[in-house]
Amino acid sequence: MSKHTDVIIIGAGIIGNATAYYLARKGLSVTVLEASKDIGIGGSSRNGGGVRQSGRDTRELPLAMWGIKNLWPGLSEELGVDVEYTQKGNLRLGKTEAHQKILQGLTDKAVACGLDVRMINGDEIRAINPYLSDEVTCASWCPTDGHANPLTATLGYYKKARELGVRFITEAPCFELRKIKGVIRQVVTPDAIYEADKVLVAAGFDSRKILATVGIDVPMMPLKMECLVTEAEPPMFLQMLGTADADFYGHQSKHGSFVFGGSSGFEHLNKDNGSPISSSIGASCTCRGIIKYFPALADAKIVRAWAGWLDDCADHVPVISPVAEVPGLYIACAFSGHGFGIAPAVGYNVAEMIADGHSTIDLSALRYDRFQPKQ
Amino acid sequence: MKSINDRSQNIGSFVSQADDTIIICRCEEITKGEIRQAIHDGMFTVNEIRRYLRAGMGLCQGQTCGKLVKNLIARELCVIPDQLDPATSRSPMRPVEMKVLGNEEVTHV
Repeated sequence: MSKHTDVIIIGAGIIGNATAYYLARKGLSVTVLEASKDIGIGGSSRNGGGVRQSGRDTRELPLAMWGIKNLWPGLSEELGVDVEYTQKGNLRLGKTEAHQKILQGLTDKAVACGLDVRMINGDEIRAINPYLSDEVTCASWCPTDGHANPLTATLGYYKKARELGVRFITEAPCFELRKIKGVIRQVVTPDAIYEADKVLVAAGFDSRKILATVGIDVPMMPLKMECLVTEAEPPMFLQMLGTADADFYGHQSKHGSFVFGGSSGFEHLNKDNGSPISSSIGASCTCRGIIKYFPALADAKIVRAWAGWLDDCADHVPVISPVAEVPGLYIACAFSGHGFGIAPAVGYNVAEMIADGHSTIDLSALRYDRFQPKQ
Repeated sequence: MKSINDRSQNIGSFVSQADDTIIICRCEEITKGEIRQAIHDGMFTVNEIRRYLRAGMGLCQGQTCGKLVKNLIARELCVIPDQLDPATSRSPMRPVEMKVLGNEEVTHV
């Protein structure tokens, strides 16, 4: 069994799997090393499934817009797995004047980037989604946003990449990256040393300690977030929902269950026991929030709650970049809780960056060396 | 002990069986054949099968089919079932209405 491939990807989340797929499609040989026993065990399978452009930082907005135009519509067919992509718009909801201000600011910035998003009032909101309570008074509306199934999308990229000959090794945590003659060459795991000409680190917040072995740092911290899902309900609405405070988001899945994520305000104080375990207050708090927006869901039964880590970046925008100090090394991490929707576009463009040296979308605003101390 | 970590190992091609149409996950109506096909698609763990097919994601949360799925994977990969982890258990233990789970009021009897 050869331990050498053209590219090694560290992390079998949706970013790693998508990049592996697009690299394999270009004819490169790829090994994906995953620290845990399962493919896509981190944020890739724990997020709320948003595929949206509105509400995004202008540095990552071009990726979101490009992916929604070029990759998401044909993804189920391409992967041979139903990723349940639904493009029926995104409502970002507000209840107060402060919320209105936040939403207006986000909307103005997105419009300047060419996105079709606008502010609407309470009546217009309830014309789109009649289940929302009267407390909701304003929203930003982006009709080209939507949602998809993070589980089948993550595993769909894995399945297709594997079919194209990508090698996936689980329980292979990276201890160390090694340079030889000034360029990246080896990835050290407990059982083997793997070699490649190019290495991509896409391991969520674990990327930080992996990159530290070659003296590179990405300023990000793990942040726990919690989600819950209801039993299947009759079809009610198809939009993706969020709020001005970003304290609650969700959608109704194709299966009929509602998937909601929310925060209790204690996330940054979470007891770190090494595992993303749901807190006793999280799901209850989210339920109260949901009922305020959707009184009709008060009787819907919660069947499951879970938690996951975000790799929360200092400026809440991902790092997607080659590393100047370590030729051949690339980074795609610090997605800060909104990586799923842009994952196909990231995979496609990072594959181009690795294979061709340049990408369709200019990613220079997402470099790892953009962080500056306050003046 | 044989490892399932190399996901490119040769497990042979999918061969249909006479009882592939029997339902393994009753809540989500997933058949034995669908689960066996998913293993050949590369889903080597109970968690992956659950996320790929929804087997064990319905009302009973896999309390009925969890062991069956695990045994199917073990048989298809030629490993012992003990080598595989069960799917992660999640709260709540039984489905609970949002208005009950979200109720903060304490009544002192």
